[in-house]
Amino acid sequence: MKIEHNKNFTVGAVITCFMLAVILVGMFWTPYDPNAMDGAAKRLAPCLAHPLGTDNFGRDILSRVIEGAGATFLIAAATVAIGLAAGLVIGGLTGWYGGWLDECLMRLNDAVAAFPSILLALVLIALMEPGRSSVILALGVLFVPSFARIVRAEVARQKSLDYVASARLMGAGDVRILLLHILPNIVPVLLPSVAIGFNNAVLAEASMSYLGVGVQPPDASLGRMLNEAQGYLMSAPWYALSAGAAIILLILGFGLLSEGLGGDAGA
Amino acid sequence: MLEIKDLHVRFLSTGKEAVRGVDLAIGPGQRMGLVGESGSGKTVTAMALSGLIERWNVDMSGQVLFEGRDLLTCSREQLRRVQGKDIGVVFQEPMTSLNPLMKVGRQVEEVLKIHTQASPAERRRLALEAMAQVGLPEPEVTYEKYPHQLSGGQRQRAVIASAMVIHPKLLICDEPTTALDVTVQAQILELLRSVSRDYGVAILLISHDLRVVRKLCESVAVMYKGRIVEHGDTEEVFAHPQDEYTRRLIAAIPKRTRHE
Amino acid sequence: MLVTLLLISLLAFLAFQIIPADPVTKLLGTDYTPERAAALRHELGLDRNVLVRYLDWLAGFVTGDLGVSYSYGMPVSEVMAGKGAVTASLSVMAWLLVIAISIPLGITLARWQGRRLDRVFVAMNQVFMAIPPFFLGILFTYVFGMVLKLFVPGGFVQPEEGLGGFFGYLFFPALAIALPKAAMVTKLLRSSILNQMGQDYVRTAYSRGNSRWSVIRTHVLRNAVLPVVTFVSMTLADIVAGSIIVEQVFALPGLGRLLLASISNRDYPVVQCIVVIIAAVVVFMNYLADVVTQYIDPRIRLG
Repeated sequence: MKIEHNKNFTVGAVITCFMLAVILVGMFWTPYDPNAMDGAAKRLAPCLAHPLGTDNFGRDILSRVIEGAGATFLIAAATVAIGLAAGLVIGGLTGWYGGWLDECLMRLNDAVAAFPSILLALVLIALMEPGRSSVILALGVLFVPSFARIVRAEVARQKSLDYVASARLMGAGDVRILLLHILPNIVPVLLPSVAIGFNNAVLAEASMSYLGVGVQPPDASLGRMLNEAQGYLMSAPWYALSAGAAIILLILGFGLLSEGLGGDAGA
Repeated sequence: MLEIKDLHVRFLSTGKEAVRGVDLAIGPGQRMGLVGESGSGKTVTAMALSGLIERWNVDMSGQVLFEGRDLLTCSREQLRRVQGKDIGVVFQEPMTSLNPLMKVGRQVEEVLKIHTQASPAERRRLALEAMAQVGLPEPEVTYEKYPHQLSGGQRQRAVIASAMVIHPKLLICDEPTTALDVTVQAQILELLRSVSRDYGVAILLISHDLRVVRKLCESVAVMYKGRIVEHGDTEEVFAHPQDEYTRRLIAAIPKRTRHE
Repeated sequence: MLVTLLLISLLAFLAFQIIPADPVTKLLGTDYTPERAAALRHELGLDRNVLVRYLDWLAGFVTGDLGVSYSYGMPVSEVMAGKGAVTASLSVMAWLLVIAISIPLGITLARWQGRRLDRVFVAMNQVFMAIPPFFLGILFTYVFGMVLKLFVPGGFVQPEEGLGGFFGYLFFPALAIALPKAAMVTKLLRSSILNQMGQDYVRTAYSRGNSRWSVIRTHVLRNAVLPVVTFVSMTLADIVAGSIIVEQVFALPGLGRLLLASISNRDYPVVQCIVVIIAAVVVFMNYLADVVTQYIDPRIRLG
């Protein structure tokens, strides 16, 4: 596996590790209870007691951003996990066996891929009830085609390589070859796509929650925080800034990582 | 006309010294071969004296005097006035050394656009003339074609036409025939010989193949590990090679073609 | 092209047929009785066979009859008319901004490769690519709307009331949508140019006495733009989707709000229509990209 040890990768790794550390700590401890209201401390500007200030109900914004980042991260991770798992199965099977099913799925794939994923997610959400699990499901389903396409192309390429033929000569079955021989070889190709998929998920989740069709109260999410924060933009701009900065750091970190791994974050 | 004095070229990125003290001189109309295996520094030498090495990437010392001016130290602007006009270059890969999205005729006449005041009609006339000269079929038609519509040999002819259209004083040919079929090779070498004879153009032929050099050049320099190990009249070098490496090079030529 | 469009329209139509949520229930709300539901279903034509309804809808669509909105009781075309113009203007404006920003910037950065300014911009590019358009919209609202008071947040001028004000209010939303995309295109164009700079034909061009700038201008640009054309054309679909979200930030009366309202009201004729229109944009842009690519690249044009 080839990792380009370049500046992109290093900076991306630092940012991502920082965010992960914050999120991990946030699962067990936050400076304040993210939902604890304090009538005496409404819309405080950033100060020593509240490094990022407080919101309209006197809730500590730093604690809320940490909690929201964790929620957004988990949603994105779950989304990518669904897309990746289904994509591996579908892409693996179609790439390995080919045939008419392959043709049909790829046509369908093209049709879906042409659409902006946020729009499709919106429509899918409309078919279910808004909420965290709907967001995960809708985005997860939407990411299946892109992962399936990459896996399929890579499996089809690897299939014709010598090492597969020799594994087969030694009597390995299809499943064994796919899991033990081909899968490890497509991981390097998949990693950048996973990072890009993760970014798309963060962006889509934030957008949908901002629009009010994603995560619903009382569940936290960075997008929903931005929705709330926009109302107090004049009196408490630090609220929006903090939530937005957290989104940007998440996306930037993974984007740089993906480029360091040889992917193209623009795609 | 062209005189290279103690040229050293070291790549800053790798620290490798590709050329370690080369002295060469080419007079007007002379045809000289520069022979060596890949990595011997012959191409780097050619690029250095045609000004095509990115200066920031290398550490160069010595002198490359072209009509008295040192091409290593002159300004970029002065260098550009020599490039194309006085020194033309023909590259190894005719498949890729033409711009795929530009009509062949336009590429042939580009050097006129850069270095002369010729009107578009005049440029076109000169380009068509040069294209006929190098044996491109139906110049009027070929002018409007794109590189992918030409064969490898035709593309190399087009590249030669694009270098020759302004009648430079020196033509540097870097493995001009290596990528071509044997029959086409012979035609291209014949073409180079005739342009050299007709216009008094000096030629510096870079090649790994002694046979190619022997067909075209009156003198030859043999390069090995960044240095010139032997230099002299082509037939003389062939008959009485002084250097051990030259002897091995000659011995490596298949017997049947050694005395064709 | 037509086949893709048909396939998408069929998918869009079917998606709303297989879902459990029933628009009739939503429409009747508390007035719900089985008899009324059946009557309304008949009135809306929902009791017919799915395929018949699809063909009926398709035939209407082709002849310009986009159907009738459930919740407004008006033809979909009327519901969408003014709002479509806002979203279309916003999207086109954003798209033009992407091109106007990224093409000169990409070329300049490639020209200045390795200089400090290039490095600063490349780093900035990375950051801009990571900013969600709607957050950029919020930032603009705060900085340009509230602090600098260049526009009234939440304000809007109908095109009939003055085109200057109309486009003025679209400028910052368009910029918010455009900047992240422009950063991507800039990056792509810059690396495409630098990639071309290593090609053999560039060395040939240098050997003729071209300067770096004239090599880029006369030789490299055409070649470098090829991969960018496809990407730029595809961004229009993303921009339309982006404008639907950014409209919410700036409270613009475009398709975005209509789409969100229609989704929650289960007003499927409107949703279908918007989806199919965006699909048409996608398909058309792909076609346009092919045409432009063929125009630039003789290898494709002449076979």
